[in-house]
Amino acid sequence: MFDWVSAAPKRGTALRSIHRSSIAGAWLLRPFPHPATHKILPWGGRVGERAGAATRSKIALILAAPLLLGQTKPVLVPDVSQREIEIAYSFTGADLLLFGAILHAGGSGPRAGEPPADIVVVVKGPTESVLVREKQKIAGIWVNAERTRYRSAPSFYAIASSRPIRQIVDARTRAIYELGLDSLQLSPASGAVPAVQARFDAGLVELKKRGGLYYEAPKTVEITDDVLYRARVNIPARVPVGRFTAETFLIRDGRVLAAAVRDIDIRKSGFERWIARAAERSSFLYGLAAVFLSVFFGWAAGAIWRRF
Amino acid sequence: MDLYLPIASLSVNAVVIVLLGLGVGLLSGMFGVGGGFLTTPLLIVYGIPPTVAAASAASQVTGASVSGVFAHLRRDGVDLHMGAVLIAGGVLGSGMGAILFKLLQSTGQIDTVIAVLYVVMLGAIGWLMLSESWGAIRAAREGTTPRAKRRRHHPMVAALPLRWRFYRSGLYISPFAPLLLGFATGILTVLLGVGGGFILIPAMLYLIGMPTQVVVGTSLFQILFVSAAATMVHSLTTKAVDIVLAALLLLGSVVGAQIGVRFAQRARPEYLRLALGVIVLLVAIRILLGLAWRPDEIFTVELA
Repeated sequence: MFDWVSAAPKRGTALRSIHRSSIAGAWLLRPFPHPATHKILPWGGRVGERAGAATRSKIALILAAPLLLGQTKPVLVPDVSQREIEIAYSFTGADLLLFGAILHAGGSGPRAGEPPADIVVVVKGPTESVLVREKQKIAGIWVNAERTRYRSAPSFYAIASSRPIRQIVDARTRAIYELGLDSLQLSPASGAVPAVQARFDAGLVELKKRGGLYYEAPKTVEITDDVLYRARVNIPARVPVGRFTAETFLIRDGRVLAAAVRDIDIRKSGFERWIARAAERSSFLYGLAAVFLSVFFGWAAGAIWRRF
Repeated sequence: MDLYLPIASLSVNAVVIVLLGLGVGLLSGMFGVGGGFLTTPLLIVYGIPPTVAAASAASQVTGASVSGVFAHLRRDGVDLHMGAVLIAGGVLGSGMGAILFKLLQSTGQIDTVIAVLYVVMLGAIGWLMLSESWGAIRAAREGTTPRAKRRRHHPMVAALPLRWRFYRSGLYISPFAPLLLGFATGILTVLLGVGGGFILIPAMLYLIGMPTQVVVGTSLFQILFVSAAATMVHSLTTKAVDIVLAALLLLGSVVGAQIGVRFAQRARPEYLRLALGVIVLLVAIRILLGLAWRPDEIFTVELA
């Protein structure tokens, strides 16, 4: 199955440009980054790879397309409707369109007799370190009692798939690729009993789910003629700013055949960014401005009112 | 009309927030309270993070009290001397409040403490106002003259050392009484995002024994400065003051306050006190039920 890779050095320059592409096996061609700083996805491409690489990989793919004809695995060519989302005063959330093509081995369509492949799209927000507290009834009132700290829970997690994810892959694969809300790697920092840990995990996921920050959207990926796919993922207004990743997986017979990652930057822009920065950096002046604003409002209302 | 709040990091319906400010402003103009005790819980119910709600409600209280202070100053309804002592206590108290806020936040008990404080204080004060105003109304109906207003301060106040003359209030009492009162309201302003008017007014009337004509003006005067101090404290420590949210609230509340003041001039004071007593008690009962009932969210998550 790696015939293509073993043949690679002979192909010269055309293939060098594939180095950063998302083609299965291409990661073998480049040195390994340090494992502590780079999460390497087994299909190549690092989590957090820069957006510019996306364009390059696409060009590379077009160049390499004739070379891929002999290969048995299909290849994904994904894209995102927006690489950057700017939060302005009227931001009420964003609709991301994730689309792309499946390049099948040996031609444009799937081989005869092959079952149709599934597409799973996962959009993740930047991870954050959170403290989850659980309320218990003590002396008749509900107060925060136990707590657990998580080092890196995703601030946002949405999974869209062409069929319910449990029908597509088994639990082990789901855990490896973090597919589905029950398979998230939340990395708890406190050594609690597994049963307690599970309760907190479920509590965190449930809370995020109710806030619209975690969700599963089965059957929302449309696949046309086993070649083109598209999925719409809604990003609610409550998301934190930062770098989001959109991972696309091509899965057949419970095996991940190909995958690719694209980055999406979400940031506050214009007035909103200015305000957030002012509050953070020049908090004294910001506080004075808030006080001045409220005194002015109160005075102005009184002054205007007395005229009438 | 949806508007994104840069500090709260979520979008809200601007009209709803302005209307909320208007309603609270109406009450503050009518009763001479800042209205923070309603704004903060309502904002939290709307989905604003509690810290941002408390921090931004403080600036709304400032705005609502400004026009009232000017109006009362023109009518000579402010005891500036007493007000200055209250403010000194209030500024010290808001510093103390900031320390308490950090401490409670780190132990995760801030929400419970806020709720319990609300229930205890609102419950006690609501009950006090209700029974007092009910007595006054009954006395007026039966034609009996209500018993002469007790112009003496509480024995506890008399026991404090050092005495100053407060000419406008016609009192000769220890400055520690208003200083301690100011200190307590300062703590509450930072913790709860309230002006403390609903504590100050009864305490001034029943504990210190100030005459009614200067009570509302002086309490607004104190609230103005202490809520401004609380806004500063929040923007320096929690950095949770959302200026856009504050502006929306202010827009509604300053207009509401003007309408409220005119309404209050026509209404009978004992009925106003009865109405405020009922509102205060209802808020207290709602929060108490929230503590006792199983909450929708057993788990809470915060950034660590």
